[in-house]
Amino acid sequence: MSEPPAERHYEPVIGLEIHVQLKTRTKMFCGCALSFGEEPNTRTCPICLGHPGTLPTTNAEAVHFGLMIALALGCDVAPRSIFHRKNYFYPDLPKGYQISQYDIPLARNGQLGDVRIHRVHLEEDAAKLVHAGSSGRIHGAEASVVDFNRGGTPLVEIVTEPDLRSASDAADWARLLRATLRTMGVSDVNMEEGSLRCDANVSIRPVGESTFGTKTELKNMNSFRFLERGMEAELARQEGLVRDGREVEQETLHFDPQTGALTALRSKEYAHDYRYFPEPDLVPLAPTEAMLTRAREALPELPAARAERLESEVGLPADTARLLAFRGELGDFYEAALAADGAVDARALASWVTNELQARLGDVEDPADLRVEPAALARLVAMIGERRISQSAAKEVLDVLAAEGGDPEAIAAERSLEMAGGDEIAEIVERALAQNADAVEQVRSGNQKAIGAIVGAVMRETKGRADGGEVQRLIREKIGA
Amino acid sequence: MTELLELSAARAAELVRAGEVSAGELFALYRDRARADELNAFLWVADETPDPPAADAPLGGVPLAVKDLFCVEGVPSMAASRILEGYRPPYTATAVERLVSAGAPVLGKTNMDEFAMGSSNENSGFGPVRNPWDRDRVPGGSSGGSAAAVAAGLAPWAIGTDTGGSIRQPASLCGIVGMKPTYGAVSRYGMIAFASSLDQCGPLTRDVTDAALLLKHMVGRDRCDSTSLEFPEPIELPTEERLDGVRFGVPPELTGEGVEAGVREVFDRTVALVEELGGTVEEIALPHSPHGIAAYYVLAPAEASANLARYDGVRYGPRARNGDLLSLYEETRANGFGAEVKRRIMLGTYALSSGYYEAYYGRAQRVRTKIADDFRNAFQRVDLVLTPTSPTVAFKLGERVHDPLAMYLSDYCTVPMPLAGIPAISIPGGLSEGLPVGIQVAGPAFSENRILTAAFALEQAIGFERRPFDDV
Repeated sequence: MSEPPAERHYEPVIGLEIHVQLKTRTKMFCGCALSFGEEPNTRTCPICLGHPGTLPTTNAEAVHFGLMIALALGCDVAPRSIFHRKNYFYPDLPKGYQISQYDIPLARNGQLGDVRIHRVHLEEDAAKLVHAGSSGRIHGAEASVVDFNRGGTPLVEIVTEPDLRSASDAADWARLLRATLRTMGVSDVNMEEGSLRCDANVSIRPVGESTFGTKTELKNMNSFRFLERGMEAELARQEGLVRDGREVEQETLHFDPQTGALTALRSKEYAHDYRYFPEPDLVPLAPTEAMLTRAREALPELPAARAERLESEVGLPADTARLLAFRGELGDFYEAALAADGAVDARALASWVTNELQARLGDVEDPADLRVEPAALARLVAMIGERRISQSAAKEVLDVLAAEGGDPEAIAAERSLEMAGGDEIAEIVERALAQNADAVEQVRSGNQKAIGAIVGAVMRETKGRADGGEVQRLIREKIGA
Repeated sequence: MTELLELSAARAAELVRAGEVSAGELFALYRDRARADELNAFLWVADETPDPPAADAPLGGVPLAVKDLFCVEGVPSMAASRILEGYRPPYTATAVERLVSAGAPVLGKTNMDEFAMGSSNENSGFGPVRNPWDRDRVPGGSSGGSAAAVAAGLAPWAIGTDTGGSIRQPASLCGIVGMKPTYGAVSRYGMIAFASSLDQCGPLTRDVTDAALLLKHMVGRDRCDSTSLEFPEPIELPTEERLDGVRFGVPPELTGEGVEAGVREVFDRTVALVEELGGTVEEIALPHSPHGIAAYYVLAPAEASANLARYDGVRYGPRARNGDLLSLYEETRANGFGAEVKRRIMLGTYALSSGYYEAYYGRAQRVRTKIADDFRNAFQRVDLVLTPTSPTVAFKLGERVHDPLAMYLSDYCTVPMPLAGIPAISIPGGLSEGLPVGIQVAGPAFSENRILTAAFALEQAIGFERRPFDDV
């Protein structure tokens, strides 16, 4: 007996397709330099403009980066992969076909985190169309112009298995992938600029079933936040349809983050027949043992491994370890600081890097671009541990370090931010006791909370340069409570 | 003047290097003849006289006719198609560049079947070429302009391209020498693509020595063409006049049915000559070669359908109308392409369509492999394969225009070699009904020297008398 649909629970099934623009010196199949916002059509040649008689030649650096990615994702590299022509007419495609890979991709069967990788392949990017007119799309545009600078930029396409079970897991995993690619230095992985593009295949199915529901494809979201919101919206839409007893149609959707609306891009009636066939102008791509070794040796420690190491060897909490590993530049700063000062507490330092330092980054991506040196931050955090400076005073010192750089000891001394010493504190405590006789009386008669007023007075007097615990101890000692 | 015209290209180059002939005079002679062309062999003739060649230039300043399929910087390069009318490429094809730097300046661009699709040169967007032996007949195709120009003495030598026979068949019909090298021997960079896995560039010349000399300076790996290969040995100019110990195979599949009697007769005489010269002849089997035409007319159009997609009016060439995108594509291509090109684009598009791919493209690829295997087996037993080049002599203009299948069969004997990627030459073997008959010699990959040596010996023994050049 089947449950009425409304009672059922559904689970999301999500797979991702990620396009990564490689940061090679030149384009995928010609010698043009990659473009970073140059004047339109200044990074072109007869080959990437598809002139008659021109032929593609495969960019060795793109193959190298592709192999690095394949190995980083634990894939099996194909001994001979084949380029195919993917045929369709569009003005952003100068040859009338895209050179891509089809039935034998560069690599298959990998894993990153707990998500399996279906395939990794190399291809070339299309050019950029600019449509004049109100619609912003080619239909109804008054005129369209093509900028071929981007055309032919090397791309790696990474396709996952449908292993993700929530929108937030999918977005988190995509962040891990981005951190991994960034650490490898193979791409700028900037979603807004399009060097990382993420499409999601989304479906739902009743919990406990193993067959997949009909999937829809969410195209090209330009931030992880939008990706997650888009998937949430689409999952809710699909669940609504199914609960109403309707069916999900296979289609490609665009999510508008402004309005939250999902609109269909192409329906299946317009599905292209790409007429794939092996690209006769290129020989099969057969990576040699030397190429594989070179790619393997070029791999740095990857974020997943780094998080694991920071957790197990350094003893950081899992969240902090992940944050440092996935934001590699924070991790680099952290590890440099840790190495610089043997006296510093590793966990306290990690907390300062991921909270206070990160908060002071502003628009700066990399803390290496701040004036504060890793060793200076380490010293500062060590001073807290040595009870020579309070937390709040240390934050003041960090403000100065971030803005001007310098030595935390000197800054603390110059600005009298060091913890008040024994005699000075004793004097201040005496004064505070005299000025707060009521509170002293209450403490003596058993109201422990009243001690707060006395501590507060001491802290005001020292401008926070005293250790609260030490002050309490002194007060109790003096009043014999 | 007449003496200059009579010189073979190799001999002319020698005399220029020896200082006995002026390269400028030679160029002027051929430029005047090319300009007076009545065969419609040329689509463009150079205006300027090139700088004199370097003293030791191996090609000695002997001017070269170049099929319009090759891109030459700043020079009209249209593949004889209206869709590229006015197109002047920003770069020069590697093969042309190599020949120019070896001392063969570009004399002009020769007419051809549009995008090299045809066997009669009647598919040109700029009118058919006429055969100098009989102006009512076709010169063959697709390199018909190059073949006619060499046969009529409008050019000392020429280059063309061969996909299914486009060098050898017109060479045969015009009574000259034409060679298709091993796939990958000559760079395809700058050769406007028809069927990329089959296209190869090669020489069309008055004699075998000229072909060897031209080929010598064309071959070699080119970084711009991933499918090009370093030629394993230098191309030598042949000198041996005997065929002692050379084993020839004759496949009944390519010499029997469909070969007209006059052609067969010349072929049989050539077989007898081989034996007189000390060679041996045996029958070999190429059992899959009769399927060559069928496989070819799936594979070549399939590749062509993609190769010709770039002619969309967006970046170069005439653009029909700056209207809506779809009509821009449709009108540009409807106006720009001729009927045969459209037919092949449609054939190829169909063959690659989802659901049909395996039945057509996949199957044709398997036939291609079988044909290559046939040759591999044959070359276990023989050194070279001997066949007629074309089943018929030159046919009348218009005779096969309305019967594409009959036209396609013109390449019956020449199609198996490019499918197998192997080299083959056509040399004049004699006349039938007063028209030249070509003999084809094919060999294993990179056996160009062996082929040229045998062809030279046969050429000496045949003593073919070419048609006297007309005065212009």
